[in-house]
Amino acid sequence: MYRDSRLHGEFFMQGDIACAEGAVAAGCRFFGGYPITPASEIAERMAMRLPLLDGVFIQYEDEIASMAGILGASWAGVKSMTATSGPGISLMNENIGLGMMMETPCVVVNVQRGSPSTGLPTSWGQSDMMQARWGSHGDYGSISLCPNSPQEFFDLTITAFNFSEKYRLPVFLMADALVGHMTEKVIIPPVEELNIINRRYTNKKTNEYLPYEYGEDLIPDFAKAGDGYRYHTTGLTHDKRGYPDMSFECQNECVPRLVNKIKTHIDDISLIEERDIEGADVIVVSYGISSRTALPAIEMAKKKGIKVGYLRLITVWPFPEEKIRELAKNVAGFVVPELNLGQVALEVERCACKNAMTKCVPHPGGGIHKFEDIVQVIEEVAHGKSK
Amino acid sequence: MANQNNAEIIQEKLHPMEDILRMDRMPHIWCSGCGLGSAVTTFAEGLNKAGISYDKTAIVSGIGCTGRVAGYLRLDSYHTTHGRAIPFATGLKLANRDLTVVVFSGDGDLFAIGGNHLIHAARRNVDINVICVNNFIYGMTGGQNAPTTPLGAYSSTAPFGNYEMPFNLVGVAAASGAAYVARWTTMHARRLTDSIAEAAKKKGFCFIEIVSPCATVFARKNRGGTGLDLLKEFGSRSVIDHKADPTKIPLEMNNDIVCGVFVNDDKPTFWENVQAGIKSQVEKYSNWEELQSNSKKTHYKKIHKYTASRDS
Repeated sequence: MYRDSRLHGEFFMQGDIACAEGAVAAGCRFFGGYPITPASEIAERMAMRLPLLDGVFIQYEDEIASMAGILGASWAGVKSMTATSGPGISLMNENIGLGMMMETPCVVVNVQRGSPSTGLPTSWGQSDMMQARWGSHGDYGSISLCPNSPQEFFDLTITAFNFSEKYRLPVFLMADALVGHMTEKVIIPPVEELNIINRRYTNKKTNEYLPYEYGEDLIPDFAKAGDGYRYHTTGLTHDKRGYPDMSFECQNECVPRLVNKIKTHIDDISLIEERDIEGADVIVVSYGISSRTALPAIEMAKKKGIKVGYLRLITVWPFPEEKIRELAKNVAGFVVPELNLGQVALEVERCACKNAMTKCVPHPGGGIHKFEDIVQVIEEVAHGKSK
Repeated sequence: MANQNNAEIIQEKLHPMEDILRMDRMPHIWCSGCGLGSAVTTFAEGLNKAGISYDKTAIVSGIGCTGRVAGYLRLDSYHTTHGRAIPFATGLKLANRDLTVVVFSGDGDLFAIGGNHLIHAARRNVDINVICVNNFIYGMTGGQNAPTTPLGAYSSTAPFGNYEMPFNLVGVAAASGAAYVARWTTMHARRLTDSIAEAAKKKGFCFIEIVSPCATVFARKNRGGTGLDLLKEFGSRSVIDHKADPTKIPLEMNNDIVCGVFVNDDKPTFWENVQAGIKSQVEKYSNWEELQSNSKKTHYKKIHKYTASRDS
């Protein structure tokens, strides 16, 4: 086929298309999906791109099947991805849990829209942030990345694949309809300049390999189907052989590791953009599209004489708890604008504790914040200090 | 191994099927009198007969009694979520076309919670084999109604007798477009082995229903007797008729169990159709940008024009 079909150069590109191109650049060769606004363009682009790269595109019968399918493909050693929106994620959650338990690398793109239920299919929101953390039942570590532009949608798709391969779990890419449907300049570097991480395959002999034996980094080595390892894997609580074991001891070894393998690598996973944090009285904590309404609001507040810092969470999960705890000691408070009625704000409030005030600037979705609304809350927090 | 007699095999090995069973997981959890032992044995023999390499065979199960099959076979084995074995297997197969991928699951898993996946995989003619062990009931959860429970039969959620029409599994598979459809009972060990071997070598979506006794739950609730009694009943009730119309042979409480290979078609698989579609396009356009610019999607054109002015 056309093996040289990877793009590079400058483009005027839609966010969803940039995401698909990021996946192609990261080496994704399996896409299973189901049409849903506002994520369908990703599937359409992958349907165009993958078959010509010897990859597989399949439009499944629903999102449940899509999620199961990308897990299956990943066990064949192929990087795989699906893209959907809130209602689709709700259907995928059971198999996302399976991916967490089986430790299957893959990427789940959520181009968020207004929720709950069918909500606002063609409009935007950030209403699935907590779902990305706690959507499937039980305890597991979760990684969620939030792009705020088509360029970053491209870049973070590659990062999401890298994290999924490195830490062996489904990684969430939490965009929203605005970033997905926005068209901006996107620069795609040549392939050799991209940092691509691939999963660590076992070098053990077939009779010595245990699929869930781990070392210091808590991440087991991978073996793919058809390589003669003939391993077993299951969604049940399992021992190092992958065999089901219903004892407390096994549960206590199996499940905490799923949380700890992410927690112990938070320094590597946590991506944060910060400006004017030093000496700030108020810090605006934002992520995704809300960060682009936060910036002008911060400028307006600065003109009013308030010292405002800008902290953008590129990685929302795992949450940068230590970072917020440290900052809370030196500021009057945090302002969290988000297109939901207060989800990530809860985490900020938990970490700021009694050291600093936390105020959410809620928005139900279907629009973006007015700058004045954010400025007003910044002022409230700043004046709260003087009282 | 074929030349050895049984005594020699027993001396050398723990079990004649040690090569394919996970002996460190024995004893299994299935009840005495259950048909799953026969189903697994015939599957192992069928693979041998077809000459399929164990290293290149993957088995995917859902949840339930039959869902535990994957865990006892020493193959690349995946015990997935309830009803989702088929889409998982579809992903596995398409991502590595060299594998023989077999879904081994029960009637509840494949036709109730997973029914949609089955009909669509059959429609696409994905090259996987689906072996469905039909015991007419949910065994692992304690005998609740299944989509196969015959009209009038008792289950723990049908205390006054089942009032739902059951699915005729071979009829659903054939109507959905499966390339190979067969039904056997666990009594038909030899014919079932042949069917499994035939399906393992065949391209396309192959469906085999294994009618299997559930002595612990279904038979107890319906006064069917022991596992042995049920096998005898299968023997007396079954009729082999390869020419039967699969949509017209439902299983009821006391009617004939019509067995046979009802569908054995050769038609292009999902992947063959994908390849044919790409080939015609690739032959038409010399490179992918040309192909892309001829696409009906306008936003591809825009990008192409922009890059062409930038990169050339």
